[in-house]
Amino acid sequence: MNRQAQAVVLLLFGGAVLKASLTDLHLRYVKEGLRPFLLLTGAILVLTALFTLWYEYRPRRTAAAGDDHDHAHHEPRVGWLLLLPVIGLLLVAPPALGAFTADQSGTLPAAAESDYGPLPEGDPVPVGLLDYASRSIYDDGRSLGGRRVKLTGFLSTGPDGGPMLARIVVSCCAADGRPIKVGLSGGPVIDVPAGQWVEVVGRHSAQRAKDPVNQADISYLEVDEWQPIRAPKQQYE
Amino acid sequence: MTLVKDRPADPRHRVIGSVEVLAAVLILLVILRGPLSGVVSGARMQTWTTVFVSVLVQAVPFLVFGVLLSAVIAVFVPSSFWARALPSRPALAVPAASLAGVVLPGCECGSVPVAGSLIRRGVTPAAALAFLLAAPAINPIVLTATAVAFPGNPEMVAARAVASLAVAVLMGWLWLRLGRADWIRLPHRPDLDRASKGEAFWSAVRHDVVHAGGFLVLGAAAAATINVLVPEAWLQTLAANPALSVLALAVLAVLLSICSEADAFVAASLSQFSLTSRLVFLVVGPMVDLKLIAMQTGVFGRAFASRFAPATFALAVVAGTLTGLVLL
Repeated sequence: MNRQAQAVVLLLFGGAVLKASLTDLHLRYVKEGLRPFLLLTGAILVLTALFTLWYEYRPRRTAAAGDDHDHAHHEPRVGWLLLLPVIGLLLVAPPALGAFTADQSGTLPAAAESDYGPLPEGDPVPVGLLDYASRSIYDDGRSLGGRRVKLTGFLSTGPDGGPMLARIVVSCCAADGRPIKVGLSGGPVIDVPAGQWVEVVGRHSAQRAKDPVNQADISYLEVDEWQPIRAPKQQYE
Repeated sequence: MTLVKDRPADPRHRVIGSVEVLAAVLILLVILRGPLSGVVSGARMQTWTTVFVSVLVQAVPFLVFGVLLSAVIAVFVPSSFWARALPSRPALAVPAASLAGVVLPGCECGSVPVAGSLIRRGVTPAAALAFLLAAPAINPIVLTATAVAFPGNPEMVAARAVASLAVAVLMGWLWLRLGRADWIRLPHRPDLDRASKGEAFWSAVRHDVVHAGGFLVLGAAAAATINVLVPEAWLQTLAANPALSVLALAVLAVLLSICSEADAFVAASLSQFSLTSRLVFLVVGPMVDLKLIAMQTGVFGRAFASRFAPATFALAVVAGTLTGLVLL
């Protein structure tokens, strides 16, 4: 791989990183906080490509030096592989993790906290899935206090074949993404396929189940109403 | 690419060079775009692609910043600086370099090229390797993440720091006793010496990003494959047996190749496993994993990686287990 080709690959790679970080595309793969670093990285990659081309094509001071050090050194051939992420980001742009991961991995164990503050104002009040599960399992739903809550996630199928709400929790990038699952009981029949994003309004239910994958507790929500929605901009929790 | 492998250097006589190959590949890609997205439409394949792209997007900033730092070291920091900064006795330089790694927040992807650059500038390989192991394992960001992920077990932070530092220092000393200089083959970086500083700097950046980046792609692909192929349910059966659970999580740390700043959260979620086995997961992961092995092969050569990675793995498992038995 000669230097011009490396420059083109770097330009494509940097361009793909820039495109992902300038749009919402990067939110499918990493946390939002990484965005400034990604912008900087894309810019550095593009700069590197431009400097490489500039040093390649500028007029040489001495003709001899220009001719003999050129092109066919053992330049890294493994660099061709960098075209794969370019294809991934520019042509394929795979979606955020979803139902497949939720089926294959066990639910995140709810986090025990010493003190669960009261829910914010609002009826129904929007609550994150992990927050709901923690309050439900460790606080026995006390801090949920019979309030109507609104949960957002995609549908997946529970251990008993019933509907379940899930969302992928990501701490760094999608490679460490793990699902948090909340079972849905009662209410109107939910008849959309797995993977569809829904907004569910309901109340705390004392029902529990065990995740068949990792035997962690799954909390339940007694559904009052639900509606399909478009996937949110930030799909991970 | 094989077309240009052993051709003479004169570009005027060459009809098909890398740029032409590249152009052909890109044109094919645009033409085949439809069928290509058809191939990756299945749930498993889609998840593979998402994880593959994620690992890369996550790691690339750290790789690029590491490469920049390494180019600065290579071009602007004189060799004499290291002679003054590090103790002259290699046996003392190893712990000094390990402690330098502790205060430098970095990801494992960045520290591989930096360690390579240190060796090029005359730092004793044992010290550079100790730095390579310590920097991603026990910097402030990683230890804070560990404390956040294990709110009920603050002793986890101390255990992680002690065990990882011990492995870094011991591996450095082990290299002093048993290591052979000719196992390390740093790739040829052309014309750094006769070029201007600016040209040398950008040439080093270009070369290292393309080289280490290519190996990072290999590692990310391997990690994505494991992520999709190994169902978590298999692991659960191993959790009950203390010895097996340590080994299972040690191997899992290698296979999953999670960034050291995030692995504590994954370890915390593997709650059926003992604290000791999760500590081993945290000690092994930042030092040996698929993408690190791939990058070490790229930066130091195969002879090095095939010895260094297994030795580090064994030492990390032993150190993690012993520390866990004492502290947890």
